[in-house]
Amino acid sequence: MNDFLALRKKALDEWQELQHAPEPVIYIGMGSCGIASGAGKVWDRASEILHQEKIPAKLLKVGCIGPCYLEPLVDIQKPGFPRVSFNNVDEQRLSKLIPEYILNGTSKMKPLGYLGDPVEVPDGIKSLWELPMLKEQKRIVLRNCGIIDPESITHYMARDGFSGLLKAFNLGAEGVIEEVKVAGLRGRGGAGFPTHKKWQLCHDAPGSKKYLICNADEGDPGAFMNRSLMEGDPFALLEGMIIAAYAIQAHQGYIYIRAEYPLAIERLKIAIAQLHRHHLLGKDILKTGFSFNIQIKEGAGAFVCGEETALIASLEGRRGMPRSRPPYPSSSGLNGCPTNINNVETLATIPAIFREGGQAFAGIGSKSSKGTKTFALVGKIRRTGLIEVPMGTTLRKIIYDIGGGSRKAFKAVQTGGPSGGCLSKEFLDLPVDYESLSGAGSIMGSGGLIVMDEDTCMVDVAKYFLKFTSQESCGKCTPCRIGTRQMVEVLEKITRGDAEPGDIQMLEEIAGTVRDGSLCGLGQTAPNPVLTTLKYFKEEYEAHIENQRCPAAVCRDLVEYSVIKEKCTGCQRCVDVCPTGAITGPRSEPHYLDLEKCIKCRACYEICRFDAIAGDAIIIK
Amino acid sequence: MAGSIPLIIEKYEPRDKGNLIQILQDVQRTEGYIPREAVEKISSHLWISKSEVFGVASFYSQFKFNPPGRHSIKICLGTACHVQGGDFLLNALKSVIDISPNETTEDGRFDLDRVACLGCCALAPVVMIDETIYSNMSVIKLKETLNQYE
Ligand SMILES: Cc1cc2nc3c(=O)[nH]c(=O)nc-3n(C[C@H](O)[C@H](O)[C@H](O)COP(=O)(O)O)c2cc1C
Ligand code: FES
Repeated sequence: MNDFLALRKKALDEWQELQHAPEPVIYIGMGSCGIASGAGKVWDRASEILHQEKIPAKLLKVGCIGPCYLEPLVDIQKPGFPRVSFNNVDEQRLSKLIPEYILNGTSKMKPLGYLGDPVEVPDGIKSLWELPMLKEQKRIVLRNCGIIDPESITHYMARDGFSGLLKAFNLGAEGVIEEVKVAGLRGRGGAGFPTHKKWQLCHDAPGSKKYLICNADEGDPGAFMNRSLMEGDPFALLEGMIIAAYAIQAHQGYIYIRAEYPLAIERLKIAIAQLHRHHLLGKDILKTGFSFNIQIKEGAGAFVCGEETALIASLEGRRGMPRSRPPYPSSSGLNGCPTNINNVETLATIPAIFREGGQAFAGIGSKSSKGTKTFALVGKIRRTGLIEVPMGTTLRKIIYDIGGGSRKAFKAVQTGGPSGGCLSKEFLDLPVDYESLSGAGSIMGSGGLIVMDEDTCMVDVAKYFLKFTSQESCGKCTPCRIGTRQMVEVLEKITRGDAEPGDIQMLEEIAGTVRDGSLCGLGQTAPNPVLTTLKYFKEEYEAHIENQRCPAAVCRDLVEYSVIKEKCTGCQRCVDVCPTGAITGPRSEPHYLDLEKCIKCRACYEICRFDAIAGDAIIIK
Repeated sequence: MAGSIPLIIEKYEPRDKGNLIQILQDVQRTEGYIPREAVEKISSHLWISKSEVFGVASFYSQFKFNPPGRHSIKICLGTACHVQGGDFLLNALKSVIDISPNETTEDGRFDLDRVACLGCCALAPVVMIDETIYSNMSVIKLKETLNQYE
């Protein structure tokens, strides 16, 4: 314990020193999203410049603070000034920014805002938290993301890391479960099962060998909350896992993580090694007599393995097929032993509950859903990224106040991944919590919010999800295996313009069979995307069926591309971009589009529309 | 190359089939795919049938049974990428490199795969080539990017 207190003291000192560093400090957002936007090259360029110009600055990597559309994000902290953020800093912008801002004192580049205490705020710069995207958020789980170096245990400790763990150890296992009950925490993996109940069941189950599993499979396409959290603050997840393991008295834990997340895996491994070094993992943690180890297991690309019993089968080296419950994993899970499975976000929320108290946590959110929830805000929306808001926040606030709305007319928001549904604009004032969303025919799910606008075809979206679930069905239950495939076939007929009367009724009938005849959540919820689109966007189905028309001009068999001769300036950009050579014509003369060769890939349409001179010379009918 | 397969497999406890997926992942990491002889070696090492090894390997979309190209293209068809035109991109890409998903070009330059989300949904549509993720992709950007790979 004395070691721990000494470490904490050292961490606080180091953090203070960093805030008041005598040399400039440059923080670069190096989450996967930052790196995909070029942060890796920005980092290399920054080291080069510092070396060339002999600037004695420190370079630090941080996770993603959330507004991914502004990546690469670079913060610069000059001595005597707060940390100031700049957005969309590519190599070229950085090459100007560093000399201008660090050496000359001012930069033409407009800063986004400052972070931390306003020591002496340069002219007119506002706090970063005043940005529209950040202002309405409440950051509990994401509090460290983008702020600290995710590979540094001292950074984590300086921001009160492991104080929750100390409190938990003082409460004893039963006390820990009681505190989680007071907090009212429900599982963030999708179903919203009360976390304390699960822990209690596993705690009470007979058996000396118990396991804790963290579900980091994050299979919902279009969702990346868990990835960003693990990359930005891996220690919070690990602290939560130690507390959970202590509550159920498990000595072995696993993180089952999808292989598509190599950076998260790497950061977790670094964090685990640091915890071992400081006796926060391994034998006799902090001399409490409690021992716990964590092993990382990589998934191998199967959506169904996010389901808990399939996940266990996969951990045991088998095909990831769900089995019927009961027995629940809490009594018979991994290798037949009592096992508790929680989602990444559920576990990463735990330290905050102990740090701030269960009561405080329960004071946030709505009546039935406590605390905050992270959402991946993506699709046709201006400000994309990862956000965290109190449960019960309305969709309108999330989509418009935080996300800035969509550029074209808003059509729908999809929640809950392949198990969820598409909600129309009538639902914008719906508070986002477990009960409200399922009342509307969708689900909370793990937190993907995909915004769709007038360019999105809802029948195509339904077909997309059904194709996904039919491909991911493990094949064990016939209604799920065959039924989802049949639904895809009907939807394909509709989007080809070959539908017959009665097809909608057929879809509804198969949907019922699939829902009722499947063993696990994959099949039970697979029809949701079809059922909600049929309910809220029936007119789009009708346009496809009755008029062979796709209102959003997405369904390939129902649209035709053409060049408007009067508008075409003959700039040849579409000629260059067309992958099949379907567009021809000499420069400065209207082009010709060969429909035989056209594969309707939309490339010409997109490039033409962005050309200010040509305007809409290519249209889709 | 192929000589390393026994070395990979022998690192693992014999008869402990709990490690099957990890062994397959290790083989794929070094070989780029799961060769037939690896299935045989794994089956005798773990004391399970070849069909069990193959059954598990084929269940998971990560494992491939054909040698990959020099560069691997993974096109994301997750929901965010789909809504932002990932499907159109795939369609164009198929005719640019003249192969369909799960195939390798004749000259061995590229292989093509679909994935269901790379976790960069906020920057959709997204394409991954070897280890690099490219964001906000368009047909023209993709054509230019491919030129960097020989
Ligand atoms: C088809 C299917 C896929 C699932 N995928 C995930 C997933 O990717 N991540 C996750 O945490 N839970 C997933 N779940 C839910 C898990 O079965 C389980 O309820 C959850 O991990 C429990 O954690 P929680 O109580 O903390 O929410 C999935 C369920 C089903 C039916
Ligand atoms: S949907 Fe393509 S990266 Fe997530």
